[in-house]
Amino acid sequence: MKKVGIASSGMTKFTKDDISIESLMVASVKPIFDGAKNLTQKDIDVVLTSTNSNEKYLANIVSELSGISPKTAHSVESLCNSGTNCIVSAYAYISSGLADVALVVGAEKNDSPGRVLNWDMSRGQYGHPIYWSSLFTSSHIRKYGTTMEDLARVSAKNHRNALNNPYSYFKHSYSFEEIMNSETLTDNVRLLDCSMTCNGSASILLASEDVINKFTDKPIWIKGIGQKSISAGFTKNNDLASMRSTSLASSDAYQLSHVSPSDIDVVELHDAFSICEIMALEDLGLAEKGKGSIYVKNLYETNDNRINPRGGLIGAGHPLGATGIAQTIEAYQQLQGLSGKRQIERAKTALVHNMSAAATSSTVLILQS
Amino acid sequence: MNRFELELKNNNFICSECLRCKKLVWPPSDYCDKCFGNVTWRQISKIAILLEYSYKGNECFGIVELEGQIRVIGAIQSSSKLQIGQQLILKKCDYDGKAKFVFELQEDTKSI
Repeated sequence: MKKVGIASSGMTKFTKDDISIESLMVASVKPIFDGAKNLTQKDIDVVLTSTNSNEKYLANIVSELSGISPKTAHSVESLCNSGTNCIVSAYAYISSGLADVALVVGAEKNDSPGRVLNWDMSRGQYGHPIYWSSLFTSSHIRKYGTTMEDLARVSAKNHRNALNNPYSYFKHSYSFEEIMNSETLTDNVRLLDCSMTCNGSASILLASEDVINKFTDKPIWIKGIGQKSISAGFTKNNDLASMRSTSLASSDAYQLSHVSPSDIDVVELHDAFSICEIMALEDLGLAEKGKGSIYVKNLYETNDNRINPRGGLIGAGHPLGATGIAQTIEAYQQLQGLSGKRQIERAKTALVHNMSAAATSSTVLILQS
Repeated sequence: MNRFELELKNNNFICSECLRCKKLVWPPSDYCDKCFGNVTWRQISKIAILLEYSYKGNECFGIVELEGQIRVIGAIQSSSKLQIGQQLILKKCDYDGKAKFVFELQEDTKSI
């Protein structure tokens, strides 16, 4: 298998502006060409689009709008982890030798049909994600004594981190007190414990080890990949206080990359709700089971931004099909040393965790400089 | 509406069961998800076990398990404090584009 690296990236600001999905996508493709030396449209073998949009043939539309005539063009849809799954598909095309250069383009509109999985009738009349989030939270509180203050620290930390992210949806931060007093949605989920869907696009250029130096002097390598789908329906989660797909996917990614949790310098994890960050820290092996809250408290009190430095989904916003790609771009820029005020010193290894539909599936990537 | 949805609308919770290995196939499907055997419809017991719950305002909702295999989220009605593992009764089900389930604490049922 060929080594696969990241050669360039592009983002749009996350907003609720009225803009078409096609325009969003092309807006994040342009910086790919601005940022890669010697890249021309003819170099691109594969164009993959990541979105839950009902618009059709988007990979071909974006290719045409960008002047690209790729060998392969299609979309990848997997609700909230469409983005990283799209990156894995592009990786597979390159590592197998079918392609040398792949452009991955993710975008979503605020009114995305991917927000609720209508198929899952086992959720009954409680289809909205706040309900599974609330049941996860109840279970974690019962099992490990997690508190509402613990949850508020996740959101406060990530909103604080997002202040240094110029692409973030939010223009200001929220304090611990504002989060504690924000609107109650259920007895353990407040409005500011939730990530907010929005418009946004993120694109990334992958290339094989054979050609990547043509486009960049600082390639970042995808060293580990783990994916796991437990089910589609929420009620197949046996233990509501942990995310089994995440622990299994991360185990595969660690094994493939010969990296252990203690080697990870910076993490972008899927904080769809505050409880998800606490559970993900535990299931990724970064904190002991039941100690995720203490880990977050330490980050919060010491201004440590190594977990979700761009603000995560809660701080930056959550345009579903773009989210996994935006997370990967953050890891890429951190390893390149180009994250400005968000930069984690001497970051060499990064982990990206992206999941869907109450962690019924998870994708984990490990990147190294 | 399909058969399952029509039965739910008539306050009747049915599920597909494999004719070959007898596994309950939930959510209902045309084939068994274990052995791909053909399935038939059968009535589901109204007895459920409470696995977890939370509140939205005064409304309690929770995840319950029926017949040790089927898990659903439904409304939970109770006049006393709930405990995990308590036995509930399926009081009502319905379908209006979404499945709806209402469960009641068994001791409340007995006291009526």
